[in-house]
Amino acid sequence: MARKKIPGMIGGLGITFKTMLKPAVTVQYPHEKEEPPTRARGVIALKEENCTVCMLCARSCPDWCIYIEGHKEKRPPRREGGRDRTVSVLDRFDIDYALCMYCGICVEVCPFDALFWSPEYEYSEHSIARLLHDKVKLGEWMETVPEPEPLEVGAESAKKKK
Amino acid sequence: MSTTEMPSAPDFELERSAMRHLADAQMNVELDTGDMILNLGPQHPATHGTLRLVVRLDGERVIAADPVIGYMHRGYEKLTEFRTYPQITTLINRIDWLSSFANEVPFVHAAEQLMGIEAPARAQYIRTILTELSRIATFVLFLGEMGLQVGALTPAFYGFRDREHVLNLIEGATGGRFHPNFNRIGGLKDDLPWGWVSETRQVMQLVLDSCDQFEDLVVGNEIFLSRTRGIGIIPGDIGTAYGVSGSNLRASGVDWDLRRDGVPYLAYPDLDFKVWTHAAGDSFARYWVRLQETRESVRMVLQLLDGLPAGPVMAKVPRIIKVPEGEAWVETENPLGQMGYYIVSKGATGPFRVKIRSASFSNVSILPWLLRGVYVPDVVTILASLYFILGDIDR
Amino acid sequence: MNAVALTTLGIEIGWGAALAIKTLVILLIIPTGALILGYVFLLKMMSHMQSRLGPMDPGGFHGWFQLIGDGLKFVQKEDLMPDGADRKVFAGAPAVVLISTFLVFLVIPMGPDLVVKDLDIGVFYALAVSSLSVIGILMAGWSSANKYALLGGLRAAGQLIAYELPLLLAVIGVVIQAGTMSLNGIVVAQQQQSIFGIDWIGNPYILTQFVGFLIFLIAAQAELTQTPFDMPVAESELVGGYHVEYTGFRFLFFFMGEYGTAFAFSAIAATLFLGGYALPWVDGDLANWIGPLVLFAKLMFVAFLMFWARFTFPRLREDQLQAFAWKFLIPLGLANLLVTALFKVAF
Repeated sequence: MARKKIPGMIGGLGITFKTMLKPAVTVQYPHEKEEPPTRARGVIALKEENCTVCMLCARSCPDWCIYIEGHKEKRPPRREGGRDRTVSVLDRFDIDYALCMYCGICVEVCPFDALFWSPEYEYSEHSIARLLHDKVKLGEWMETVPEPEPLEVGAESAKKKK
Repeated sequence: MSTTEMPSAPDFELERSAMRHLADAQMNVELDTGDMILNLGPQHPATHGTLRLVVRLDGERVIAADPVIGYMHRGYEKLTEFRTYPQITTLINRIDWLSSFANEVPFVHAAEQLMGIEAPARAQYIRTILTELSRIATFVLFLGEMGLQVGALTPAFYGFRDREHVLNLIEGATGGRFHPNFNRIGGLKDDLPWGWVSETRQVMQLVLDSCDQFEDLVVGNEIFLSRTRGIGIIPGDIGTAYGVSGSNLRASGVDWDLRRDGVPYLAYPDLDFKVWTHAAGDSFARYWVRLQETRESVRMVLQLLDGLPAGPVMAKVPRIIKVPEGEAWVETENPLGQMGYYIVSKGATGPFRVKIRSASFSNVSILPWLLRGVYVPDVVTILASLYFILGDIDR
Repeated sequence: MNAVALTTLGIEIGWGAALAIKTLVILLIIPTGALILGYVFLLKMMSHMQSRLGPMDPGGFHGWFQLIGDGLKFVQKEDLMPDGADRKVFAGAPAVVLISTFLVFLVIPMGPDLVVKDLDIGVFYALAVSSLSVIGILMAGWSSANKYALLGGLRAAGQLIAYELPLLLAVIGVVIQAGTMSLNGIVVAQQQQSIFGIDWIGNPYILTQFVGFLIFLIAAQAELTQTPFDMPVAESELVGGYHVEYTGFRFLFFFMGEYGTAFAFSAIAATLFLGGYALPWVDGDLANWIGPLVLFAKLMFVAFLMFWARFTFPRLREDQLQAFAWKFLIPLGLANLLVTALFKVAF
């Protein structure tokens, strides 16, 4: 076990001395910030135009922290002579980040790619009630969603989702 | 008996003899030098969480010890009755939060067994790599934190510092440092990002250097040796009788590792690794075994990275997962010991009942036997060397 | 710091003003010393040994204001006392610990004339007064009405009494070599004696009494209840030991007492073994000016060694501690004494 010939206690002193001379590993937040990886699950962003109010995310959330309200509207047909279309319009899409577990089931389950992960993590509030974020705020976070990065060697490239 | 009434003669005699017995009993109590009952916990730096250890002391020696658990019971088994399988996977990695990926594996394995699906080879390999990474993360923290419990302040910080690199790797692949939530029934959620393999190789070299540093700083230290050698000896047969598992049992000389000896799971049959045992069974042996197992895990990860097959990471599974009726039991070698899930399914989208066999629950059950006659400082050393996580005990 | 010293600096003062200056020095030097030691070693050196930075923001430049801010915070806290605590003893314990530390500085010379009172029995006095803190610790442990505190206090009593003897034995070797117990006399002896004829570095007793120096360091570490001897204050077991029930400014007294005592012991070690305020080629008035700085530098070196050991090693168990003192250190000290006496008589 003793690869060196010096007694263990002196060796221990040497290690702490050497570590003292090396630079510290602390990242002085908030003056310096580390970059989280691309896939880091920081916050969920909503792309409203893709949402069809199918409610799959709200149903599959383990904490039931997504609140969705929508209504149907009639729209004119796309072409002449067609039927009127009914379109679901999103009234309310709130995620309660006080309950959210950051598990990602909603992002994965959405069939229309309306929810995305963003590595943004600096959104703390002074009171818990203010952690309920509405669709406007969720839409703002779309700007922080990174491009999906390429996959490792050997991965199958036929992936529909990021 | 009211004082206005004179008791009848037979009652009077009975009462007097009762009072005499009472006086004798009281005198015995007063002459007794009085053991002190000390409550270690539930808020205590030594108990790794909300474990309460009621010890009866005679001076500084423990006469009897009684662990009181349940302060962190979160009702996992009840929670699983009302969740679907994908939802349960997000919850169970919080049982043993230090090695969180390893908690998901037996559950997903059991569900896959019931459905008759097998995850593709690449998924098995990546699952094994992530399990071993979580084992490394847990053990590196143990190596540092046991030094802290024994009194040295610095190793704990080294443990946290070196664990960061492994957590960054896990975050790069799964998106979450502590709660990866990466397993899905049938495989994994995603494949690895570009550059992950080479980054992992670099981090493994760092972990090996860190293990060497711990060996010099902690294991070579004579004070540490005198604090841990011969303390808390668990004989192999007593350990097996109490259900102790994992590194604790291997440090008592029992050569048992589910990765090699149990039902084959993940990619372990393809790997060539050594199971480390130590004959002494004391706290030092438990530290030494975990140190060697960390190095062994590094070797395993490098082997897995070399042999990583190409291909898909998800098998064909239906959109809505309904597990057919049946029961399945899967047990795996988690960093803290043996963890098992027993799933009873009645064909719905969620299980009917899940029973979780967690390692620390059984590891802690040996404490009343183990702590008889030890000194108070040794209690702390023993608790640190058994290495339990409260979430794992209480679920 | 008597009237002679200040006349050499050209100022005439009476004995009243001299007394006032001396009192002020005694009162201020412990808090200042505690602050400096606490900041440099506890906050910065420990942090860098643990790969981290320590406080960086308070005060702007590397967090120098942290300890002062902590002191101010402690002073304005609520004065809590446990219900079952013995009020007078509880309040008196930190005072006893602190006063014993203050009194040590009465004899430590910072220059040939810069000493509050140069007692003939300086060393004896310093060691006697520093062991008064044991009483304070016992008072704290007993009066806290807390089982953890009681355990810590009893452990401390046993440990501190056991390690007084090695401390004494280490010091006696120096006294034999110097021929006097007065600290000023010891410094002068180190400056003016020579080692086997080589006299350009004087004779710092660390060279001849290196065993004594090691014993002194180890025993001082134990007297300060620092790791590896910090069973009484074992943070991961007893959560603070004998001072667990102390908050606010009473805890501040203990904290100041701990680091002040570290300062005092480092000063004693620097004086006894490293030559104190003296540099071999400096004499007279110049020694009065740079004496404090020299003593400070040597003191910091000794403190560095003590804190370095503190942050590296785990702690010994109580019975191992006692066995180490009684079965190893004391015989070693006695052997050192014997050899020193033989050399003194022979040469």
